[in-house]
Amino acid sequence: MTQSVVVQVGQCGNQIGCCFWDLALREHAAVNQKGIYDEAISSFFRNVDTRVVGDGGSISKGKICSLKARAVLIDMEEGVVNEILQGPLRDVFDSKQLITDISGSGNNWAVGHKVFGSLYQEQILEKLRKSAEHCDCLQCFFIIHSMGGGTGSGLGTFLLKLLEDEFPEVYRFVTSVYPSGEDDVITSPYNSILAMKELNEHADCVLPIDNQSLFDIISKIDLMVNSGKLGTTIKPKSLVTSSAGAVKKRHQKPFDAMNNIVANLLLNLTSSARFEGSLNMDLNEISMNLVPFPQLHYLVSSLTPLYTLADVNIPTRRLDQMFSDAFSKDHQLIRADPKHSLYLACALMLRGNVQVSDLRRNIERLKPSLQFVSWNQEGWKTSLCSVPPVGHSHSLLALANNTCVKPTFMELKERFMRLYKKKAHLHHYLQIEGMEESSFMEAVSSLSGLIEEYNQLDATKSMPVEDFPRLSIAV
Amino acid sequence: MSIVTVQLGQCGNQIGFEVFDALYTDSHCPQGLCSKRENEAYQASCKERFFSEEENGVPVARAVLVDMEPKVTNQTLSKAAQSGRWKYGQHSCFCQKQGSGNNWAYGYSVHGPRHEESIMNLIQKEVEKCDSLSGFFIIMSMAGGTGSGLGAFVTQNLQDQYSNSLKMNQIIWPYGTGEVIVQNYNSILTLSHLYRSSDALLVHENDALHKICAKLMNIKQISFSDINQVLAHQLGSVFQPTYSVEGSCHYRRNPLGIDWQVRPPLSGLPTLGKASLNRGLHFNMSIANLVILRGKDVHSADLGGFKDSALYTSWLEPINAFNVWKTQRAFSKYEKSAALVSNSQFLLKPLDTIVGKAWNMFASKAYIHQYTKFGIEEEDFLDSFTLLEQVVASYCNL
Repeated sequence: MTQSVVVQVGQCGNQIGCCFWDLALREHAAVNQKGIYDEAISSFFRNVDTRVVGDGGSISKGKICSLKARAVLIDMEEGVVNEILQGPLRDVFDSKQLITDISGSGNNWAVGHKVFGSLYQEQILEKLRKSAEHCDCLQCFFIIHSMGGGTGSGLGTFLLKLLEDEFPEVYRFVTSVYPSGEDDVITSPYNSILAMKELNEHADCVLPIDNQSLFDIISKIDLMVNSGKLGTTIKPKSLVTSSAGAVKKRHQKPFDAMNNIVANLLLNLTSSARFEGSLNMDLNEISMNLVPFPQLHYLVSSLTPLYTLADVNIPTRRLDQMFSDAFSKDHQLIRADPKHSLYLACALMLRGNVQVSDLRRNIERLKPSLQFVSWNQEGWKTSLCSVPPVGHSHSLLALANNTCVKPTFMELKERFMRLYKKKAHLHHYLQIEGMEESSFMEAVSSLSGLIEEYNQLDATKSMPVEDFPRLSIAV
Repeated sequence: MSIVTVQLGQCGNQIGFEVFDALYTDSHCPQGLCSKRENEAYQASCKERFFSEEENGVPVARAVLVDMEPKVTNQTLSKAAQSGRWKYGQHSCFCQKQGSGNNWAYGYSVHGPRHEESIMNLIQKEVEKCDSLSGFFIIMSMAGGTGSGLGAFVTQNLQDQYSNSLKMNQIIWPYGTGEVIVQNYNSILTLSHLYRSSDALLVHENDALHKICAKLMNIKQISFSDINQVLAHQLGSVFQPTYSVEGSCHYRRNPLGIDWQVRPPLSGLPTLGKASLNRGLHFNMSIANLVILRGKDVHSADLGGFKDSALYTSWLEPINAFNVWKTQRAFSKYEKSAALVSNSQFLLKPLDTIVGKAWNMFASKAYIHQYTKFGIEEEDFLDSFTLLEQVVASYCNL
């Protein structure tokens, strides 16, 4: 089995990361009753004998002594990381896994990328190499960051190039939180566009997330919980947003619930690689199946169900509802409507008590309402993992390579152009060494190229599907 | 006469387990519907074919388990050991840490050469345990990366190293609506390579097995376990011992040694016109049919229907193309059972469909970069397409 390393960058990245580690521990605790350090846990955690000083002390088998997250935490301000280190997860992180600074990036991509990039390059490489050495067989780096700020956006994308050069065989999966329309960071369009170019060129796979969509999902759950429309109570711990179990607890920080959704996304993405099932899907299969052309590697994700009701026997209808919900625009983690756009590829990752007949039945049922590109009319990748998420009896993660990402990118470009035409705030960027107006132009052109690819695909939507003439053989 | 089984990838290993389980359960079934002596002969023959003896009396399957990541083989090994009735050899398993990622090129060009020696050594050890080797049975899927790519590589190696032994590949044809998006690419690459190195390809389609579970067995929530058990049952009824000579008590028939290959008539094949798929066929033309009967009344069964010349292509006499194997010993508690193995146009449509879909995808160059990354170039794809179009045309012209 392989291991993965999570690199969380910036405030957003670290907060989501923190939720992820919390949920991951809960999940493994629920599955692994005997406390044995097995291969599933080793995919994200090291087992360390804390009595040993220094670097040794890694235990590869036997009872769990002390679990350390395979993570590197990077932030150019100390606030968030300090909070994590004082919180309930402090023992999960090694102080040697952190890189912090005091001044922050001032919501400036150029500061994050150019200034802090060159300042911390060596340190970053060292921590990454260390974490890779602790792995038997490193398969994947998960990078978590936001696009709109300075550190996550700038430094986060700087390290993509580092990872590509230093570990070319290891996959780079990036979870990127895109700024929503009402974002309060004025320069977020600049930061996002500059970051996009890096994502285009150096990421293997990107999972774009939108704060507004996460917020809408939470509001929907709150509505359902509080409206009393549900006859039976919701199973505790079964909310896709819950971390501590009690359903009615008011979330202290507004972002907690939203971050939990993203954390669940990452857990479900890796579940079939960590746990057994009748149809496994490893991380390298995601890229193989969902990325038909190297540049088109943006995947829209949706998670269902959002909660599980307390009935033990899940009637088939409810299972089918889970599949239908996965394709509805209300369940997508960015503002997108995959049903009315063109699918290049779709992956369905199921967990829990779902069998192949349920899968087939639902694919047959939903297929007619979805449009697939002509050369991939049956472009489904499926996986069945036997272990359900904590508190659920089953769950579904749908990943779609679909042209419905296009509006997000187009909107971003528009917001960028509005600012750039007036040259607003540009001097903050241009005064950084290495930044010129051409950097902006290149970034926009990279994005425009991507949008054009999606346009061309969309143009084929209404064309009739024709088979290419086959080879004729002399018999 | 022993058969060495090689189980590759998740599919191969999951099925392999069910097959050995079915074979064991059947051979130790008390109601054989025949004399005790008969039953003992049957058991002994089955045992020799598929199992070797271990010290503490638990039979060990003559199998080599291969997968590029550990989860499935670990599960398979422990399921067998837990049953307490039979098990796999402790050292018969070859496993790596990172899978093939559904990439045929990775399975064939990277894993193959890298692990060639270790895998072939394991197989050699298993072969040495056999008094006389009948041949190899390789279980693999076509859709994934390990079963398909590494499976093709291993089969080629077996062809080189054991050219006198027969090789039969059990191939799993994936569901039409996707299990894996690149399954059509993986399938055509697998088939074209196997065509050059395997002696026989025994095909099972997931869609067909699924229908059996749904319609004939009325299973409500069908799992892969159910599907694999149906498959194992079918394979068991083909591979369990049968008489080699009418009325004899010697179970010596070599299942891998039947005339799977077609001998064209001495005067050469008749000249063939252009292939056309829309011929309004009433029968799928067969080149060869094999019926296996087990249980009560096998000697009085009427097989006239199978000898109808309308079933067979014009340049074959039914007498040359039709074979029967019989045994009185019932299979798996079924009083009477029959199995049909057929080399006919039945697979023409599925094959043609897969080639068509793969060709459409290839024309748009989608996913090709994933294959060229590991050394499978567009020419390799074209070679595969060419070979398979020839196969399609040949079957079409029966």
